[in-house]
Amino acid sequence: MADVALRPPLVAGHKRLAEVTEDICRPMERWPGLAWWAAFVVAFSMLMLGVTAVTYEIATGIGTWGLNTTVGWAFGITNFVFWIGIGHAGTLISAILFLFRQRWRTGVNRAAEAMTLFAVMCAGIFPVIHLGRPWFAYWIFPYPNFRGSLWMNYRSPLAWDAFAISTYFIISATFWYVGLIPDLATVRDRANPGLRKKIFTILSFGWDGGYKTWNRYEMVYLLLAGLCTPLVVSVHTIVSWDFATAVIPGWHATIFPPYFVAGAIFSGMAMVLTLMIIARKVMGLEAYINKRHLDVMSKLIITTGSIVGLAYLTEFFTAQYGSNRYEQFVFLNRARGPFAWAYWTMVSCNVLTPQILWIRKIRNSWTLVFIITIFVNIGMWFERFVIIVTSLHRDYLPASWADYRPTSVEIATLIGSFGLFFTLFLLFCRVLPVIAIAEIKGVLKHGVQGEAH
Amino acid sequence: MGVNAAPLLALDHGAVRYFRAGARLSKTGGHTALACTQEHQSLTVPEKLRPAAGASRPIVRETTLEAARENGGVRSKEPPVPELWPPDHPFTTHHWAMVVDLNACNGCAACVVACQAENNIPVVGKDEMRRKREMHWMRIDRYYSGSPENPLVAHQPMFCQQCDNAPCETVCPVLATTHSDEGLNQMTYNRCIGTRYCANNCPYKVRHFNWFEYSREDRLANLVLNPDVTVRSRGVMEKCTFCVQRIQDAKIEAKRKGRPVHDGDIRTACQQTCPSKAIVFGDLNDKESEVARLMDNRRRYKVLEEINVKPGVGYLKIVRPEVAGGEEKENG
Repeated sequence: MADVALRPPLVAGHKRLAEVTEDICRPMERWPGLAWWAAFVVAFSMLMLGVTAVTYEIATGIGTWGLNTTVGWAFGITNFVFWIGIGHAGTLISAILFLFRQRWRTGVNRAAEAMTLFAVMCAGIFPVIHLGRPWFAYWIFPYPNFRGSLWMNYRSPLAWDAFAISTYFIISATFWYVGLIPDLATVRDRANPGLRKKIFTILSFGWDGGYKTWNRYEMVYLLLAGLCTPLVVSVHTIVSWDFATAVIPGWHATIFPPYFVAGAIFSGMAMVLTLMIIARKVMGLEAYINKRHLDVMSKLIITTGSIVGLAYLTEFFTAQYGSNRYEQFVFLNRARGPFAWAYWTMVSCNVLTPQILWIRKIRNSWTLVFIITIFVNIGMWFERFVIIVTSLHRDYLPASWADYRPTSVEIATLIGSFGLFFTLFLLFCRVLPVIAIAEIKGVLKHGVQGEAH
Repeated sequence: MGVNAAPLLALDHGAVRYFRAGARLSKTGGHTALACTQEHQSLTVPEKLRPAAGASRPIVRETTLEAARENGGVRSKEPPVPELWPPDHPFTTHHWAMVVDLNACNGCAACVVACQAENNIPVVGKDEMRRKREMHWMRIDRYYSGSPENPLVAHQPMFCQQCDNAPCETVCPVLATTHSDEGLNQMTYNRCIGTRYCANNCPYKVRHFNWFEYSREDRLANLVLNPDVTVRSRGVMEKCTFCVQRIQDAKIEAKRKGRPVHDGDIRTACQQTCPSKAIVFGDLNDKESEVARLMDNRRRYKVLEEINVKPGVGYLKIVRPEVAGGEEKENG
């Protein structure tokens, strides 16, 4: 107990229970302000730009992207892995930290899970639109058919990608929704009779807040948390197989699964912080998302960022130590070849920048942490770009080496995916409680000295 | 390049005249990117990126006459490489293979054109060429060695190596590329959804993708198409098939006559066209075949053999009067 008392409280400002409900539900019950509308217009325009680009691409052909015979994957798969990575923090916060009884998670878990879902949606689009014939994307799933009963290739990592991502999406969505039920009931009870009340009545599954209901709910939540936990590790492990099982130097590496998982949590944490730093300000949730969260999540960023840095060093070391001329060349080419600018952007954003978070003063500054998280987001996008493009563009035969330059269609598609992400997040902020009301009430008195709970 | 030269021709007494007088060259001041496939196939590892383990890559190999003649020109038996993966695809009937003699190849590229005509390979035009999206199933890779003032040139026809452990096959999620029981690495165009994973995982980068709908409805122009070969649609992968249509044709013909397929019954388009007879195709299961004999040649090696993809194409080393740095040399 003494240990807990020394830490700052999880919820600042001695809130009462009713105040908590009021604070969190209020933004949903009034007409959005100008800031929200401005953000929404920007996000939605970005989304529409993306929709236009993808429509054009599907109508004309994937040749509208800057790919060539040698570089068969670039922006599309980079974006895919980037978004999947972003989607990892949500489940980590909600499932693993729940099982480890990290109570600080209650302030951010709802928004982080929502972010996960939206990021996985963004990610899920890319493997489909990057296909030569996207209208046959469903062939990747095993389904009963009359083509002599033709199945998919269980040896292909892409097939496992499809399983991993769809599983991840379904389980995360279920977990998120189950967590929402008590809060949906709160919103229902606050609503005046009408359409809003009807909708939330259906959504809250007849929640009555009784002892038995709570008992069962907590058990379901715990079990789902257990089910989600392996997914945090498995999804990005499987995504890393797309590269690790290939014969291409720079891809063919056993280090990839842990390296990718660490990178995913790293980028996910950065994105959660980016969003939450904005959301707390705009929605007036300063008491619930406070310095304590900033501090803990910054520490997670240093940890995972350092693991990623170690992975970069290990890759270089194994290449040099392994005396494989192709492997050695790929890494020299990364650091000194035509994409050296991307490599060094990645290193400076992912390895060097987060290290200044060791200083407590910087860790406690909302502005500085915000800037660092932006750097991390950029760096992690470049990490995937470097892995994919630099390995492909100069592989075994010098005769087949090629360059790669993205087209405007690819850039518009990337912008569009951010548009989709922010549009969904902004809508989420308007229609659902961004903080788990029922859960945060449980930690209201945490660390508040002199009051028993 | 990439420009129609036909308007410059003239008819002279019913014959086409291929020359024209009175042409003048003048500077336009404009710039244009050349669309050529040759340039981007002459690269070697740049000086500043040379790795410690060796800058040269054993892609084009050279030997001396004495070394090539040792042991009667027959290669010594190599001990079998221990494998973790059981040999789960035995070739019981035929095992199609090819050998290319780099010493005979002079880089004329007639094979490339023959292959294009035989296999309905689309002409993609200047713009796509600049984006390095040429569709030729065969290419002639060009490598240099020796001093820049007086370089030695090596030409290497490069096409699908029909690997027995094909890296492209395991990664396709929809089984659009599979191995036949005759050692062919086959593409099922209908099944391909275009993930391009196979092309990425190909160490030789010999798979070509239909980035757009290259074929078009043109009754007259389409008369040039070979009716035995499928025209590929947008969004599917394609590559060298070892002229599978000719293989099937010869097998059917042999069956009709009630005899086995003889060596030489099947000649691929590139083999048929090669003026220096550098390309030999045949059945490895037929121990008497030309290709089986050449596979035992002392000069025979396989490109990127060390990654154990087990290519079905062998290359014969170039014979040079002397090879710098010892008897064997690796270029690339």
